[in-house]
Amino acid sequence: MSIESLLLSLAMAVAAGLVGCFAVMRRMALAADALSHVALPGIGIALALHINPVFGAAAMLFFGALLVWALEGKSHVGAEAIIGVLFSVALAIGSMTTSGEELIEALFGGMGVLRWPELVFGILASTAVVLFMVIQRNKLVVMLVSPEVARTAGIDVRRLNLLFLETFALTIALGMRYMGVLLMGALIIIPAVTAKRLARNLTAMLQSAVAISVFATLGGTLLAAWLHRETGPLIVIVAAACFLASFLRR
Amino acid sequence: MDHILEVERLSVRFGDNLVLNDLSFQVAKGSSLAVIGPNGVGKTVLLQALLGWVPSSGSIRWAPEVTFGYVPQKLDIDRDVPITGMDFLAARASLTREAGRHTGPATANILDLVGIPREASQKMIGTLSGGQFQRLLLAFALLGDPNVLMLDEPTAGIDQPGQKQLNELIRRLQQERGITVLFISHELSVVYEHSTEVLCLGHGKARIGSPRKILTPSLLNEIYGTAMDYHIHEH
Repeated sequence: MSIESLLLSLAMAVAAGLVGCFAVMRRMALAADALSHVALPGIGIALALHINPVFGAAAMLFFGALLVWALEGKSHVGAEAIIGVLFSVALAIGSMTTSGEELIEALFGGMGVLRWPELVFGILASTAVVLFMVIQRNKLVVMLVSPEVARTAGIDVRRLNLLFLETFALTIALGMRYMGVLLMGALIIIPAVTAKRLARNLTAMLQSAVAISVFATLGGTLLAAWLHRETGPLIVIVAAACFLASFLRR
Repeated sequence: MDHILEVERLSVRFGDNLVLNDLSFQVAKGSSLAVIGPNGVGKTVLLQALLGWVPSSGSIRWAPEVTFGYVPQKLDIDRDVPITGMDFLAARASLTREAGRHTGPATANILDLVGIPREASQKMIGTLSGGQFQRLLLAFALLGDPNVLMLDEPTAGIDQPGQKQLNELIRRLQQERGITVLFISHELSVVYEHSTEVLCLGHGKARIGSPRKILTPSLLNEIYGTAMDYHIHEH
């Protein structure tokens, strides 16, 4: 693995760890998995147009998150239910527009050579995700406890919700190369769930989730090189091992 | 008298359901208004309308310098969410600083004021007792240095001693700091003891007046449709 690839995968891991914490605390664990499928039609269209599929996925995830946000505000159906419906439709369209090996790569990772536009996009997007989480941390905490209380504290709850959903969607797009859209949900959720079990305050949870995510990414990458396997599944297995190990702690 | 709030002909409608109908009242600066009435008459909706969260017709005029603190009904927080009381309050304190307003009261002083021990503030919020959690929400509201406190059944689900302490604390804030308090309550003895005005919402017409004038057996019977029992502690 090249230095560029390693750098990109670590940036992705840090972003996933941070976003995962708030996704888990907001009970969006399953949403991560479901929203990731929205990327599929974008991948199909990008491949048909000979564009890097990461960009197709990112564009589709962006619109998917926007749609979830808009429908959530308009109807009384929760985000989970809306994401559930979107996921099924996206999967149906995605399976029609993508075929065979490309579909497997999109779902489980392991795409061809890393080119510089994707590297630049990945590093910039990871930085944006990390900055958003650090800067908006306090507002996200208050909104998590009570959206009403957040409003009286001057927080634009609707806007913050949209920004969080878009950050979440961008993080899934970031994982396409190494994890595939299906497994990226796992890298967002497993380190955060593990950190939630171990931590006693917010800072400890954020730090632990990032540490576990980075450890799983490095460990999975090394194991993949050693075993000559795809990296994504091994990253998830290392993360899951950390989760199981957390049961030894308490 | 100087009014902090003037409401004229306020109505709130959700689809075909007219929740509040043609409501007019005024709230004096530094007073304590209790909102009472049976379930489903729109007490919470009234607070939401006053905060501008739900669309309404009629007019709601707040005094220009008003800043709100809001304490919601009992919240359902998972026990294992690793957010401590301090995490929550520190988030509020930093938002006040970001807003470029004065630094606001120090978190430590507010903890003392609402009576949350230091070790309790380090606990995860889902593990706090009902009384401690409501105090935390009150502390959060006070960090914004409000001159109007809105409380939606702040003592629901708290044991008797806890309720008494919290009600005393809210009264102290109103009397010593001149904070205007609007609170929803089902505890008529608390309303009698702690409010200067009572707004009684019924499915028919709303009434407003002093506790002595509103909390009469005949009026309560008319609004609630049943005889209401409560104890009065005269001071």
